[in-house]
Amino acid sequence: MLGATGWFLDNAWLIPIIPGVAFALIILIGKRLPMQGSELGVASMAASLVLSVGAAYQWIQRVDDAGGHSEAGTLGLIAGFGRSLTAAQEEGAAYVQPVIRSWTWWESGGASFGYGQHIDGLAVMMLFLVAFISLLVQIYSLEYVRGDRRYTHFFAAITLFSAGMLVMVLGENMIQVILGWEIMGLCSFLLIGHWWEDEANSTAALKAFLTVRVGDIGLLVGTSVLFFGANDWTQENLGTSGFSIQGLSAWALSGEASETVLLWGAVALFIACIGKSGQFPLHTWLPDAMAGPTPVSSLLHSSTMVVAGVFLVARLYPVFWEAFSIPDVSVNFIVVIAGITIVISALLAFVQDDIKKVLAYSTVSQLGYMMLGLGAGAWLPAVFHIFTHAFFKCCLFLCAGSVSHSGSHHSFDMKRDMGGLAKKMPITAGAWIVATLALAGVFPLSGFFSKDEIIDNVGHNGYEVFMYIALFGAFLTAGYMTRATYLTFFGEPRGAAAHASALEAAGAASGRAGASPQNDASGHVPSPGGAADPALEEGRASAGQVGVSPLEDRGVGGLSSEEDDPADPALHGELATAGLAHADHGDAEHHGPHESPKLILIPVCILAFFALTAGFTNAVAFGEDWEQFKEYVEPIAEASDLEAAGAAPRASDLEAAGAASVRSGSSILNDASSHSVSSPAPVQEEGGEEEHASGCGYTAPEEGGICFFPAVSHAEFEWSKAALSLIVVGIGLVGSWFVCVALYSKRSRSLVGLTQRLAPARWGYNFLWNKYYLDHLYEQRIIRSIAHPIARGANWVNQNVIDGVVNGLGIGGRKTGGWVYRNIDQRVVDGAVNASGAAAGGTGHALQPVQSGKVNQYGALLFGAAAVFAIVLVIVNV
Amino acid sequence: METITDQNWLLSVGTFLPLVGVLVMMVIPRAEEQLHKLVTIVASGATLAVGIYTATQFDFDRANAMQFYVNEEWIEVIRSNYALGLDGISMPLYLLSMVITFLVAIYTWDNMPEAGNPKAFGILMLVLQVGLAGTFVAQDLVLFFVFFEVVLLPMYFMIGVWGGAQRQYASLKFFLYTMFGSALMLVSILALFFQTGGESFGFLHFLDVAGTLDRDVQVWIFAGFFVGFAVKVPMFPFHTWLPDAHTEAPTQGSVILAAIMLKLGTYGFVRIAIPFLPNGAREWAPVIGILAVIGIIYGALGCLAQTDMKRLIAFSSVAHMGFTMLGISTLTEFGINAAIFGMVAHGLITGMLFFVAGSVKHRYHTLEISRLGGLLVSMPRLGWILGFCAMASLGLPGLAGFWGEFPAILSAYQPGFGLSEELYRVLMVIAAVGTVFAAGYLLWLYQRTAFGEPKAEFAQPVHSVSAAVNQEHDDDDHHVELHDVNRIEWIAWTPILVAIVALGIYPKLLFDITDPAVSDLVARLGEHLQP
Amino acid sequence: MFAVNFFLLAAVLFCIGVYGVIARRNAVLVLMSVELILNSVNLNLLGFSLINGNIDGHVFALYIIAVAAAEVGVGLAMVMLVYRNRRSIALDDLSEMKG
Repeated sequence: MLGATGWFLDNAWLIPIIPGVAFALIILIGKRLPMQGSELGVASMAASLVLSVGAAYQWIQRVDDAGGHSEAGTLGLIAGFGRSLTAAQEEGAAYVQPVIRSWTWWESGGASFGYGQHIDGLAVMMLFLVAFISLLVQIYSLEYVRGDRRYTHFFAAITLFSAGMLVMVLGENMIQVILGWEIMGLCSFLLIGHWWEDEANSTAALKAFLTVRVGDIGLLVGTSVLFFGANDWTQENLGTSGFSIQGLSAWALSGEASETVLLWGAVALFIACIGKSGQFPLHTWLPDAMAGPTPVSSLLHSSTMVVAGVFLVARLYPVFWEAFSIPDVSVNFIVVIAGITIVISALLAFVQDDIKKVLAYSTVSQLGYMMLGLGAGAWLPAVFHIFTHAFFKCCLFLCAGSVSHSGSHHSFDMKRDMGGLAKKMPITAGAWIVATLALAGVFPLSGFFSKDEIIDNVGHNGYEVFMYIALFGAFLTAGYMTRATYLTFFGEPRGAAAHASALEAAGAASGRAGASPQNDASGHVPSPGGAADPALEEGRASAGQVGVSPLEDRGVGGLSSEEDDPADPALHGELATAGLAHADHGDAEHHGPHESPKLILIPVCILAFFALTAGFTNAVAFGEDWEQFKEYVEPIAEASDLEAAGAAPRASDLEAAGAASVRSGSSILNDASSHSVSSPAPVQEEGGEEEHASGCGYTAPEEGGICFFPAVSHAEFEWSKAALSLIVVGIGLVGSWFVCVALYSKRSRSLVGLTQRLAPARWGYNFLWNKYYLDHLYEQRIIRSIAHPIARGANWVNQNVIDGVVNGLGIGGRKTGGWVYRNIDQRVVDGAVNASGAAAGGTGHALQPVQSGKVNQYGALLFGAAAVFAIVLVIVNV
Repeated sequence: METITDQNWLLSVGTFLPLVGVLVMMVIPRAEEQLHKLVTIVASGATLAVGIYTATQFDFDRANAMQFYVNEEWIEVIRSNYALGLDGISMPLYLLSMVITFLVAIYTWDNMPEAGNPKAFGILMLVLQVGLAGTFVAQDLVLFFVFFEVVLLPMYFMIGVWGGAQRQYASLKFFLYTMFGSALMLVSILALFFQTGGESFGFLHFLDVAGTLDRDVQVWIFAGFFVGFAVKVPMFPFHTWLPDAHTEAPTQGSVILAAIMLKLGTYGFVRIAIPFLPNGAREWAPVIGILAVIGIIYGALGCLAQTDMKRLIAFSSVAHMGFTMLGISTLTEFGINAAIFGMVAHGLITGMLFFVAGSVKHRYHTLEISRLGGLLVSMPRLGWILGFCAMASLGLPGLAGFWGEFPAILSAYQPGFGLSEELYRVLMVIAAVGTVFAAGYLLWLYQRTAFGEPKAEFAQPVHSVSAAVNQEHDDDDHHVELHDVNRIEWIAWTPILVAIVALGIYPKLLFDITDPAVSDLVARLGEHLQP
Repeated sequence: MFAVNFFLLAAVLFCIGVYGVIARRNAVLVLMSVELILNSVNLNLLGFSLINGNIDGHVFALYIIAVAAAEVGVGLAMVMLVYRNRRSIALDDLSEMKG
């Protein structure tokens, strides 16, 4: 393949197959393996990572080849695997054909449902990301869920989970996307409800599944709508079905797509993304999903599941681009939803006491940024934000897990059981702070390069209002993360976190059997026999009572989870784990906060490193050489030749002129005729840049041309704009820090209890505390009304009306029968019969004496009669 | 439609072979219970073997042709022939009936319903199988009707003798309801016969003359078929016999009822009502579509209100068959293919759910959802199987249920033959909402039965949470009363579970068989449709 | 006329027979009386045969003799059974047929 493709690219479809097979193996033989199946999970993720890295490397080569050399359109068909489209680009900044292979799943009515791969920069980036994060999370889980009663099941589910995301990421068509999408839904159900003994956990799992499923209506409907809209066109021009991602993209940009169909399809698909990516108003399942084990939360919130929605929008970007007229209008469905999401979820993060819930709302808010970027035409920054966000968010979750694992006795309650942990857990705290700063967007950490780019580009593309919303969001992000950091790692130790000092104070008096004080991380031996020490569990029950001796808390037997606030499934869930997975924590459990073992720290540190540095892969601030993402991930918007694209799109012919500069420059078509006068900034601002002739996304491609990606614009980096957002973030960080110090440490009079005293603050607090009453609306109003009155009503109708009709007919039939029987049969018909009978009876009675039973009399009668007749005869004859 | 008459004895053998088993059982004394069970298994197994042989002889490249076609004089005086044939539409269902009956026979080895008497039970089951298989291969309306009715009686007795507390009511309702439908269908059969000149009852004859009838006549005749088949499907509002029959029937009866008998109705639509009466079908299609979608939502709501596990599963059939009927009502290749896939998938999945419900009942002696709970703790394997089936039933991609559901929804976007697109798109969205409800009631059921801790009345004395903490392999617990899935159950269930996964991963398996036949059907529909 | 004697004898026998049937209480005697009646009929038939000059009467007579033999056989068997059950063959006692 002349370097244009390679084994890894051609066989990228293997990437999800490996964990898929591993899943089956874990289920079948996992329990018999020495590490109970976890080794299979880790190994499969490692293999996937290797393949992903290989694919990424070859993709970069492919792009380089396409850009650097002048290779006449080459293509290769890989035999035996159905259609295979690979191509090298001729030269210049042409659209680099993705490596597409597909295999027909089944066909009906000319439409084929396929399975295949669609490998381009976005897919390669996501494959790497998913495999990498999954691998780290699995390694982390080796320690974190050790000794869990469903250890094997956990690894099976989490492996399948990654497989689902990988299937979706390299999906060649919508059916495959649905497949991966739903597999993730299933696995999230299994994993969130991992400790299903507790009803709160299974309820949270149910909620997650059902909420996402509500969105899935949109996925099914949207896929159907787009399929029928596009199928004829794609069959004719590309020889693919209307499910094909590439086909849909090209169709959307072809100018031949019906606007109504596009709009409905895009709206439906976006509804699916709202459900999956936790956008307002279907974000409510995400915080509840914290009921799952922490590694699950981290995986769910960083690279899989929730970014699936964002990924789908990025994947089918041309469809959304055209449907919502992204370049022309300064407000659309996506940005409105995203804007609302950013703000409301960031606000909610302020009132959470549960550290994981803070992170959950933070995820919702960050997903809002990604959606905002996509909605406002900032495709690349949004995709880049997926990339950077995965690292620091995963890191944050794993730090939270580390804290609860080793610092707070499985409690996630910041106000009760944490505080001052920085001294005890320096590595965790360091990683946390790095990730926090990255999340807040502090220069030069990764979050800065992606988030600032989103904000910048949103403004650049004419969505100014949303730029300010995003800035406000950044301010809030800095604020709530500082609060969480302060509560967790600084200030006074509280609750479980305070146990160490309490123990030290109690000294040798607490000399409990089996509690060896010198328990370091490496000596963290699982000791199933050691069982749970419920007493320490109770430590957290001593909410906030700093310094209470654990001795007093001891003696409360049993599992503590029963005593928890049932309204808080997340907290509840982790406590259940605490009980169930207690054995593994061994003696270390019996001590106050300490640093976590290596298996936990290594993934955390790796992630912190990436949170620190990932931004440099597309550091716009440092000039074009740093913009690797733009070069390799963003498809070049260039009309390919339709003829060449034909049934097997391949090398496109294009204008070579100025192409080399196009890739680094903007690819906006600066054609006044294609823009309305009111169309936003790009036209004016880009004036000075070199333009090229691609009109993809603005005008229909010329006859015989075909576009696969719209020409998105890129704002030029300006330090002045970046400074603005940095200042906002800085204010957020510092301001929040001082408020926290005043509120939580110095107990400043004017602040403590403010929410009780001041009516507006109280209302605001209550409003936030109740999560805008959305849960109330969904659960109490909608679900309860469906599950109870409506379903019961339907059942009542069934039993009484429909069945009533049937039974009524039966009863009516019987009654009619009865009436007929009594009145007609018995009286009229039978009456006649009876009457004749009675008459006969009467006559018989009268004649009874004649029948004496005596033969002689009969004889006499006979002869008498004969004689009489004889006489009559004689008389008559005479 | 072309016919292939090679090896045309195969279908007769496959259909009537169970009767040999019946004859053998008649001469064996009643007391030999195990022997009777064995004979049932052997007879149904032999039937299945013939069925599999038939499948191997089936020419898959010509799945649209009527293969193994027999056409012999039968009742000359009414022009009815003994005509059997198998094509891509009937083949999956024909095999399904054999597989299910065989597995049910195996299951009966260990799980005889309380009333006992395996002799009568086995005989009824085999006779039932004759009727079911016969219905799917009959190519003559009178013969079809005979088989269609033969099915009723064994099922009536199965429910009435081996059923639950309300069995008398349920069995009578079932019987009368279906008889009512059949009566109207008979009228339609006769009307069709005489209206088309009274020459023959053969399916092929009707296909030839299809569409020559006046549109209004077709509409009326279709009405009769509609009621007859809709009762069997069952479609809203003719569904009320179903929950009662299912709830009261013994496990075996429920499984056969759900897995195969309901398909007689949908099969009737695809095989008879629609191809014979193209114009009638087009006029009726919106009605069918609307009722189907009402059924989807209504069945789901019904499920949410149930307190009995078996009744809930029964109601879910109403919803699932709604998807099937929606697919059929679009009159497109997509939709009808989806419908046939849906029939098979529903047969496997819901059949399996009834098996699980039966085993739960066998162990707990109750199916009250509120009394169950913690199935995963007390019987992990059974619990996971239930979860697997629930996931398959709610249409998870990768399992069989999805391929019946999603294409049906998809096809509703663009119905065929000038049916109102606006109406069908609304139906599509509502049907998609139905999938959420499906997830809702199934997961809710699963949460309440499988998750959590077992209820006090069924809790195992040894098995408490604290004990479980230290157990790595909680699956290996030994329970005295609540034993997990036993060997017979594994044997009976594994093929179904494998089939659910296999069809989910590789739907081509089924679609390749049905597609040629269905595309022929739709093409013929287009030719015969009057403007 | 020669044949008139036949008819006279037959009439006498018939009257004796009727008397016997009506007046006697003994079942056997009633049977014998019935035989008398039958034989009187036979005589009549023979007489008419003589007058008409054909043998139709003879045929009837022979037929009646055969039937009478059977009838007597059945009748006597019944009488025997009645006697066994009741130790009496008095017809007055046999009124079960009373309506």
